[in-house]
Amino acid sequence: MKFLNTVLIFIVGIFLSGTAMAKDLTVGLKSEPSSIDPHYHNLGPNNAFSTQIFGTLVGSDENQQHYPDLATSWKPINDTTWEFKLRKGVKFHDGSDFTADDVLFTAKRAQNVPKSPSGFGTYLKGKEFIKIDSHTIHIKTSKPYPLMPNDIMTVKIISKKHGDGASTADYNSGKAAIGTGPYKFVKWVPGDKIVLKANKGYHGAGRGMPKFDNILFKPIKSGPARIAALLAKDVDFIDNVPPLNVAKLKKNPSLKLNSGPSNRVIYLHMDQFRENSPHIKAIGGGKIKNPLMDVRVRKALSLAINRDAMVAKVMEGIAVKAGQLLPDGFHGVSSKMKPDPYDPEGAKKLLKEAGYGDGFEMTIHGPNDRYINDAKIAEALAQMFSRIGIKAKVETMPKAVYFKRASRGGPNKSPEFSFMVLGWGAGSGEASSPLRALLHTYDKSIGMGRANRGRHSDPAVDKLVQKALATVDSGARGKLLAEATEIAVGKNYGVIPIHYQMNTWAAKSGCSYTPRTDERTIAMYLSCK
Amino acid sequence: MTPYILRRLAQSALVLFIMSLLVFGGVNLVGDPVEMLINPEADQAEVERVMRDLGLDRPVTEQYWYFLVNAFKGDLGDSFIFGEPALKLILQRMPATLELACFSLFISLLVAIPLGIYAGYKPDSKVSKAIMAGSILGFSMPTFWVGIIFIMIFAVQLGWLPSTGRGEIGVFLGIHSSLFTLDGLSHVFLPALNLALFKMSSVIRLTRAGTREIILQDYITFARAKGLTEKRVVMVHVMKNILIPIVTVIGLEFGSLIAFSTVTETVFAWPGMGKLIIDSIYNLDRPVIVAYLMIIVTFFVFLNLAVDILYTFLDPRVRIKGTEQ
Repeated sequence: MKFLNTVLIFIVGIFLSGTAMAKDLTVGLKSEPSSIDPHYHNLGPNNAFSTQIFGTLVGSDENQQHYPDLATSWKPINDTTWEFKLRKGVKFHDGSDFTADDVLFTAKRAQNVPKSPSGFGTYLKGKEFIKIDSHTIHIKTSKPYPLMPNDIMTVKIISKKHGDGASTADYNSGKAAIGTGPYKFVKWVPGDKIVLKANKGYHGAGRGMPKFDNILFKPIKSGPARIAALLAKDVDFIDNVPPLNVAKLKKNPSLKLNSGPSNRVIYLHMDQFRENSPHIKAIGGGKIKNPLMDVRVRKALSLAINRDAMVAKVMEGIAVKAGQLLPDGFHGVSSKMKPDPYDPEGAKKLLKEAGYGDGFEMTIHGPNDRYINDAKIAEALAQMFSRIGIKAKVETMPKAVYFKRASRGGPNKSPEFSFMVLGWGAGSGEASSPLRALLHTYDKSIGMGRANRGRHSDPAVDKLVQKALATVDSGARGKLLAEATEIAVGKNYGVIPIHYQMNTWAAKSGCSYTPRTDERTIAMYLSCK
Repeated sequence: MTPYILRRLAQSALVLFIMSLLVFGGVNLVGDPVEMLINPEADQAEVERVMRDLGLDRPVTEQYWYFLVNAFKGDLGDSFIFGEPALKLILQRMPATLELACFSLFISLLVAIPLGIYAGYKPDSKVSKAIMAGSILGFSMPTFWVGIIFIMIFAVQLGWLPSTGRGEIGVFLGIHSSLFTLDGLSHVFLPALNLALFKMSSVIRLTRAGTREIILQDYITFARAKGLTEKRVVMVHVMKNILIPIVTVIGLEFGSLIAFSTVTETVFAWPGMGKLIIDSIYNLDRPVIVAYLMIIVTFFVFLNLAVDILYTFLDPRVRIKGTEQ
């Protein structure tokens, strides 16, 4: 009897340890940050996580629109100077005051972190930070620079007092991880857990005061394991619910699912710079002039894609058809552009006009572990293209292999593939991001077209993009970007957009997550009854 | 004995060197780490800065030479992703993997040896047949699937055990391990059982085969003729003689438990080395991959050595040969 009692107590003990207290939260995260240092690694999981501990001058809400965080207002005061007014009375987690000195210190440190695998230099170089008074700063550039708030939005402000001389390891241990954000850093055990607690002295901007007393983050990489942990009540909230499981989980009354479109478009890059494209052949295997050079062929391919079927069947309904590079509502998208209709007859006609009436053979390359259902997308495309006489083979590979070959696997470090499935998330929340990286002519000297793996090139597009990037007036810039998109995507078919990804978060019932377009999982956007 | 061990150590050094060459060459053939690390919005200048910082702009031979020189100083390079020494990252996670492997070995031996002896002792009984059929199941069911099923049954449906992660850490005799707390044990049980299933099956089969062979030996007949109880015959005479093949297999299997617990660690989000290596391979964190494989090779080399030495204690015949050489 005594033994039975012990066993019972043991089991009950386990049961109790699994249920969290009302104001505590346990999160199952797909991707763990690689560091607590907010300037060490400029990549999604890190940038998302550090938002909870550190503030930025300009905040980014769920739709990547700006809101005043540590700066209360900002405006260009002349062509080359922006003025930022800082919030007064803000305290760091240790109680020290936030002033302009911290901003100046941050600007210097953020682009000089040793061994950083991806830094913030992209956003900070060429900008001179000047302190006007303790709560006003000016940022000067040599040329007009309209994207100032977008760039400044990415850089987390650290405390000069704790950051001076601090290494990345000091942030990871918590010694220097002192920010102004709604949560304080407690502990990080890599691969195991990260613990945060509420900052009762938060200044309350953005999403208001912290809603949880303690938050425990557990990295659970595998999708099924994340779902199981939620169902077993070991965690209260998970991100990146695999689309396959969404429909079933929605029926579960003890869970609440939230889905929202992301800023990530899944699109196709096509070789437009080689007469002889390595992965395109005539039917039967003979040589053929690269058909993708002809805009009619590119348009035909777009018309051959049944986007409705793609969204409904391949993506399980968890995606949105795309006609351009960013969903509606973002700055610089065109109001005129709609997703191409499914028109295989029209596509065949176009192929014939272009002189490829007999079709051709082509290999579609894609990753198989980068985007949601990426390998299935490539397979579905091959089937759709076969209906207009294009014999498409599919070759997918892990992203670790894929991206190098797609960027510079060919001779002279040129892109290796002819036809690729790719995705692009606009981190800055503006159409300039995909336009400059994917569709502007590849030009190393001015840092344009870095990810232009099809080497699409149109001087008219280049001119518009460059003009937009130098136009400070927001409305005028938006029009230029929309116009550039209309030419590059709508007229030239420089890339073919397929769909926008949607992300799904799941929480225990009574909680609800406000989906973020930048796919980030941030505790402030979860509210629980 | 000493010259034998020294010779084995020299061989091990050679194995390590060849392994380093293969591994380093191999990981450098695949992909581009910068593409994995960098923010897609970074421009070409930033890409080049990162390549320079990580030393990836230099020829592979030069990178290898640099690696060798540092390896001799005990530095296996810094992780591209974490910016910390690869060796430190791996050693940090080693305790979690070791406790999972030890606990799982413990479970598998505890279950498998008695079952195996029973199945060998009474090969025709129904229970024995059930045991053998069960061991085939243990062999053939994929680990990740069993893991998920375990979670669904014990964590989701019954709610008895936690589904994920490692529990509280306790301290006992200066050793930090989650095996010393109730919460820790409840966390380790499912993944350890998952990992143990395969080993259990092979140990059952091995024990049964050994028992069947030995039970027919003359010395067993003699022991019975001498009037010893069946209990003593099985527990002492049979048990002792089946241990040799089992120790060999356990030695090697323990190595593979540690090296290949990756699947279980991923399913149960167990913060061990296996999860680290899988993440590192996905993200092309070359220094961690190389360091991990070097550590595992060293581990196997020493396990083999330990098994050989252990033999000499269990089997006097080996001991005699060993000293003659």
